[in-house]
Amino acid sequence: MELIQNLLANQLFFSVIMMAVGLGVIAGVSAPFAILFERKLSGWIQDRIGPNRVGPWGVLQPVADGVKFLMKEDITPAHVDKPVFIMAPFISMIVALIGFAVIPWAGEIHFPWMDEGATVRTQVANLNVGVLYMLSVASLGVYGVVLGAWASNNKYAFYGGIRATAQMISYEVPLGLGVLVVILIGGTLELDKIVYAQAQSGVWNIFLHPVAFVLVLTAAFAETNRTPFDLAEAEQELVGGYHTEYSAMKFAAFFLAEYSHMATNSALVIVLFLGGWAPLPFLSFWSPEHTWWNVGWLAALIKFGCFFGKIAAFLVFYIVIRWTVPRFRFDQLMRLAWKGMVPLAIGALVLQVLMTALGFIIRPERGFAGNLPTVLFALAGNAVLIGLAMFVTARSTREVTGRQDNLPAVGNRNANAKLSGIIQ
Amino acid sequence: MIRDEDIMMVAPPTLTTSDKLYLPQVIAGMRTTLRHMFSVAKRAETTVQYPEQKRKLRVENYRGVHRLNKDPDGRVACVACFMCSTACPAHCIHIEAGESPWPDREKYPVKFDIDELRCIYCGMCEEACPCDAIELTPHYDLVGKSRQEMVFDKEKLLRIFDETKDVKPRKNPPVTDYGLTGGQDKAVARPTAERKV
Repeated sequence: MELIQNLLANQLFFSVIMMAVGLGVIAGVSAPFAILFERKLSGWIQDRIGPNRVGPWGVLQPVADGVKFLMKEDITPAHVDKPVFIMAPFISMIVALIGFAVIPWAGEIHFPWMDEGATVRTQVANLNVGVLYMLSVASLGVYGVVLGAWASNNKYAFYGGIRATAQMISYEVPLGLGVLVVILIGGTLELDKIVYAQAQSGVWNIFLHPVAFVLVLTAAFAETNRTPFDLAEAEQELVGGYHTEYSAMKFAAFFLAEYSHMATNSALVIVLFLGGWAPLPFLSFWSPEHTWWNVGWLAALIKFGCFFGKIAAFLVFYIVIRWTVPRFRFDQLMRLAWKGMVPLAIGALVLQVLMTALGFIIRPERGFAGNLPTVLFALAGNAVLIGLAMFVTARSTREVTGRQDNLPAVGNRNANAKLSGIIQ
Repeated sequence: MIRDEDIMMVAPPTLTTSDKLYLPQVIAGMRTTLRHMFSVAKRAETTVQYPEQKRKLRVENYRGVHRLNKDPDGRVACVACFMCSTACPAHCIHIEAGESPWPDREKYPVKFDIDELRCIYCGMCEEACPCDAIELTPHYDLVGKSRQEMVFDKEKLLRIFDETKDVKPRKNPPVTDYGLTGGQDKAVARPTAERKV
């Protein structure tokens, strides 16, 4: 008993325990159930019922899927680069999971048997460059895709990999700029400090920088290769894209990696913009004192619940978006990133720099009301940004068709007039 | 040669400023998605929980598994004329004819096999049959453990007639009294009846 207490009190062992539990829960339970949830919601959105045969409400469907994947023939085609081919799905999987190391799940915990004032963090690793770590891990995610695509020695897989690479490079830029805005708000790269600042002031960063939030969110969609950015596995054009040659458990690993990646990326967006574990905006939920809410283990459970609820809401959002927005064409994808998101992100960054220079800085200890001028200034700045964007888009009269410039214009108005004359 | 006036030039719809910003249209689309997601009644009404519930079929039109009809005396109505196997585009009907033991016709099928796996359920055999002996039934859930099992022979096809004659009765009056009575008096069309002409 004492041993367990000592282990729980030690940050290193606590991290190891969190790692084991976290990996087990995320890879073994959450991702399969996210897949079930996705199938269920997809069904509802399409006026179907979804899986309902295996167990009540279909809850055992992930188990059935898992058994199916295990029992299927695991084909390794003769023409593939074998070591890389086998490694790729697991690189994908590992990269998607190690991002969780720096997510601050629920603040700090003080167990009753610990020394006065001592706490353990509910975070596997408290890196002081947590944001940079998250960014680098998120962009490593494409390696699994590209390696798998390249090793498959298949033209469709290869196309998928190339698309994923180009997409990743393009969307890293607005993602990085958007994250830079958040870094400038708090002046820190530590994820738990970013959450503390938001929880204490009640000013979630989304209220300061809605434009940056939308940009980071969109980039997060692109990072996870989800619709409308799933060009890497566009089944209508590329068979299965990068996983064309994969079957059985290796395919399942890609699948699970995608869902783990979704969860990691939503956790990142939640930490940066939506107050992490803070249950509600506008109210102060944290202070440096040692109260039951700030360091109690029961409170930590509640905070963890809030965080997980937000992730679940995000997954639902991912699914709704999947069935709403059709896939981009490749030139549209690039245009959106380089001509739309990058200028906007630079604008948001300039806005935050201006705010810092003019003294509109968030002071967490003042609460929401105390920071109201800063919030209003930031919102006004965002409104100006959107206005500018609308002005620029309204001025551009060229139709966005994706056709090359040397081709004649689509849409012969005279011919249309003639045609309508015929109909009448 | 395509004439100029046959060419239709379609201009893409002009986008408004908010359309170009993209997000308002995404949100409008999400409203549609969510409306479908929460319309519980609609999905309950659309879905047929298959093995428990079954769709109501138009039995007179539905083209499911075949049957070989029996005439009122329980004999096979087929006269082994090979019209169906000739009409069959999938070549799935195999008939062997033999001399009829009954006085009212010359031939009858000794063997009548239909490969239900080859069949494309087009219904052309039914249309070709001069005596309405082969018909498609509303039964569609046919299963078997081997390919051989899915080749239905004469006995099986006659059994299907017994199973489905309540759901889909044989066309009335049957043409298979071979002009003996003009389809009016079934009692005359007995095997023992003497052949006119």
